[in-house]
Amino acid sequence: MLSYDIVIVGGGPAGLAAAVAAREAGTESILILERDHELGGILNQCIHNGFGLHTFKEELTGPEYAYRFMEQVFEKKIEYKLNTMVMDISADRVVTAMNKKDGMFEIQAGAVVLAMGCRERPRGALNIPGYRPAGIFSAGTAQRLVNIEGYMPGREVVILGSGDIGLIMARRMTLEGAKVKVVAELLPFSGGLKRNIVQCLDDFGIPLKLSHTVVDIEGKERVSAVTIAEVGPDMKPIPGTEERYTCDTLLLSCGLIPENELSKSAGVELSPVTSGPVVNESLETSIPGVFACGNVLHVHDLVDFVSEEAKKAGENASKYVQKTLASSDKESIKLVATEGARYTVPVTINTDRMDDLLTVRFRVGAVFQDSYVSVYFDDERIMHLKKRIMAPGEMEQVILQKKKLAEYPDLKTITIKIEKE
Amino acid sequence: MTYDCIIIGAGVSGSATARELSKYDLNVCVLEKGEDVCSGTSKANSAIVHAGFDAAEGSLMAKLNVEGNEMMGQLAEDLDIPFKRNGSLVVCIHEEEKGGLQDLYDRGIANGVKDMRILDKKELHEMEPNLSDQCCAALYAPTGGIICPFMLNIAMAENAAMNGVDFFFNTEAETLKRDEEGIWHIRTNNGEYKTKYVVNAAGIYSDVFHNMVADKKIHITPRRGDYCLLDKEMGGFVSKTIFPQPTKLGKGVLVSPTIHGNLIVGPTAIDIEDKEATATTAAGINDLIAKGGMYVDNLPIARKVITSFAGLRAHEDAHEFVIGEVKEAPGFIDCAGIESPGLTSSPAIGKMVAGIVCDLAKPEKKANWNGKRKGILNPSEMSVEERNELIKKEPAYGQIICRCESISEGEILDAMRRPLGARSLDGVKRRTRAGMGRCQAGFCSPRVMEIINRELGIPTEKITKSGGKSVIAPERTKAGKGGEA
Amino acid sequence: METRELTCIGCPMGCQITVQLEKGEVVSIEGNTCEKGDIYARKEVTDPTRIVTSTVVIKGGDKERLPVKTKSDIPKDKIFDVMKDIDAVTAEAPKKIGDVIIDNVAGTGVAVIATRNIGIE
Repeated sequence: MLSYDIVIVGGGPAGLAAAVAAREAGTESILILERDHELGGILNQCIHNGFGLHTFKEELTGPEYAYRFMEQVFEKKIEYKLNTMVMDISADRVVTAMNKKDGMFEIQAGAVVLAMGCRERPRGALNIPGYRPAGIFSAGTAQRLVNIEGYMPGREVVILGSGDIGLIMARRMTLEGAKVKVVAELLPFSGGLKRNIVQCLDDFGIPLKLSHTVVDIEGKERVSAVTIAEVGPDMKPIPGTEERYTCDTLLLSCGLIPENELSKSAGVELSPVTSGPVVNESLETSIPGVFACGNVLHVHDLVDFVSEEAKKAGENASKYVQKTLASSDKESIKLVATEGARYTVPVTINTDRMDDLLTVRFRVGAVFQDSYVSVYFDDERIMHLKKRIMAPGEMEQVILQKKKLAEYPDLKTITIKIEKE
Repeated sequence: MTYDCIIIGAGVSGSATARELSKYDLNVCVLEKGEDVCSGTSKANSAIVHAGFDAAEGSLMAKLNVEGNEMMGQLAEDLDIPFKRNGSLVVCIHEEEKGGLQDLYDRGIANGVKDMRILDKKELHEMEPNLSDQCCAALYAPTGGIICPFMLNIAMAENAAMNGVDFFFNTEAETLKRDEEGIWHIRTNNGEYKTKYVVNAAGIYSDVFHNMVADKKIHITPRRGDYCLLDKEMGGFVSKTIFPQPTKLGKGVLVSPTIHGNLIVGPTAIDIEDKEATATTAAGINDLIAKGGMYVDNLPIARKVITSFAGLRAHEDAHEFVIGEVKEAPGFIDCAGIESPGLTSSPAIGKMVAGIVCDLAKPEKKANWNGKRKGILNPSEMSVEERNELIKKEPAYGQIICRCESISEGEILDAMRRPLGARSLDGVKRRTRAGMGRCQAGFCSPRVMEIINRELGIPTEKITKSGGKSVIAPERTKAGKGGEA
Repeated sequence: METRELTCIGCPMGCQITVQLEKGEVVSIEGNTCEKGDIYARKEVTDPTRIVTSTVVIKGGDKERLPVKTKSDIPKDKIFDVMKDIDAVTAEAPKKIGDVIIDNVAGTGVAVIATRNIGIE
């Protein structure tokens, strides 16, 4: 059986950043397993700019951002295998993978970093009625066809979902000569960045219809028309509000789901809210030595935060195999998200194992204006941060200080909530 | 040339008939308007092998159901397709309706269904712990089973092709008539075909062909059935096929594991006019979400659906299979009105229809008929050693293309290289399951397109989802803008 | 007097900003709730610019499309002129990130550059 100190599952932005950080933290034996024929993951097809403002203080396109990390992987001679699918991860960190050259093989990993990313919600999961013709694509599949393979999925387009990928594809298809007729969004607000709404839709006069959904798809062979309708507060279509658009393509940008089949097979505990692993302050899952980062852990808004999080996961995996990740019997503090906050990553904190500063990431469940992010140590409010605006589409964070936590030796629960005052 | 027999329709009945006829020294062909076998009613149904207690006593439906059920085990083995007798339960939720179970039991006995039992509440809940508490009794039929309708249809057609039957796809029979010498002339979009005998296995359109030649007309109503297919996560929610007590419109909304480990909920039963209207409706899906949860507790249908679809049952007014030679049209043999339990009955239907043809044609048996067919390998059932042997020989088996169902390039290539091989995304999907998982081909479709392009030489811009105009990506970016040097 | 309505892109607030212009000069800006909005609105009404990203045809490479971007912002009203030039060009493999594909796209004085490496087939 092969043996590596750290095996990283996925060579996208999270996996690359974790690998680089683990090497910098002193671990020599690292292997990245990537199922595609190149490193870089989904960034390779995200050819638009806007990546890297936090990390590199400049605006890069997806492939450029990915390459910054790939270069480091090449320079540091970190090993990787392409076209390699991980088939199974066991609870004792035996990774089973497969490719054409090596066949099916097992690797005993000292530590595993889960960095598999996420996938798009398909049409079926949205319960959209109608025919099932060609011409219905998830936005990411269309993005791959257009940007990497160089094929146009269609000429006249309706988009359901105003997540950033949907907005970006509205502009992309327009620039390539397609007519994007409308973007419909089920929710009363868009999950996409304002900048994308302005520069991908407004710039090209593409209407955005909030509180709308697709109620019918026509066309036996290829999409011929799509009908959208307004939805009421119960998210159900309101009869009489139907509008029919003739088109040949329907793109769906209706949410991303962390891809955790492998985590599940390993027995990693998953959060019902994020669909990602439940992790502690070290980004370690319920299985010791198995870490998670990036979109497999929770769906991020900016790749910069993926890199930041993955760096921590890589460092901690490295500490784990070097046995410098403090072992501690101390009871962990529970993190609870409530009243507007949907979840937190991490979910527990063992103060013996935390760094001086710990970033806690979370998302809110609705749009909040002029509200406060409050952090309670048990019943005492410790932090009260005014925010002009918070929206579900954007990740929020608070930073906890080890110093401060040390003042509360009996602390059981840290609660994060959104308060009006 | 003049065929001995032409079968209109490569659905499950047509393909079963073709396979049976391929045992004889006959020139047989199948005309199919779709681009592949299994393109109509056969592709969208409950995928259940019914035990046979439903159909009316003494009916042809009852006879062929029970026969088909009995034949299925051996057939699945010969054709190397998965089939499981998981057993069926008809559950009763009102004490006062328990009598209905006894009626079904009695009918089952009359129809020749074996090993049925009526279960009391305790036994029932031991068998299916996720049934809701109101389920107070059930009829248990251990001979009920689950099968993959695509694989059954495809395998029968493939085996027929191996044994010399011609298949013509994208070939739609339009009209037919019999000349003075008794030869049938079938006009199609691809020219005329001549034959001594015609089998009308045109599914939802079988009334159209029947009525062209017969005095006594039949009438087929497309009865739409919507289905929801749930994630494999829910596949173990029940182990048996759970039926409500039947009504006039059919067997009701069932909840069943599928042979591939998903959970299926359906069908609705909505009579429509349009023979092409396979669109699902919001009302239909909502109905399933409501009814599917009736007998099972906490089944999160809406949240766990990975796809929904609708099929059309070929419901003849008399609710009976119409099988036999039309007197006033010698050589024209009906195989019409094949609705549920059509899939189950198909092996027996094929045998019966072929029998009628043989009674007329009196052919010799072929000496070298081979009724066995090797299925596409399923590497996930192999040991690591076997798999590595395979990858060493055929490296394509080492490259996973469909991540959700873990389907390799090797399986996809096999699906294209065998007789009547796949030529479209749906063709690949139905043969290998690539694209049938929880991401519904979002990940693998560009990759499968690349393989289709490479293997079959079909330009990517021409690759279809399921033939005809169902092109996926109709043009290249930059086309005609100067950048295509 | 000309009135322009804008959505600020500075943050998720997306303030609706109204700008009054007189002969191309900004007279008033209303609706913004912070300094960022003011800066954005002034630029957007007087000199709106964008980065354009797309792909070009590439020959002899291990990919058939090369992703590209304008090296810096170009005037917003030139987006489709820029696309016309991008659509008409054919690159030859190999290409590296930053390689110039078009020197001066649509007369903007801005170069179009490669945003990934593409090796020889």
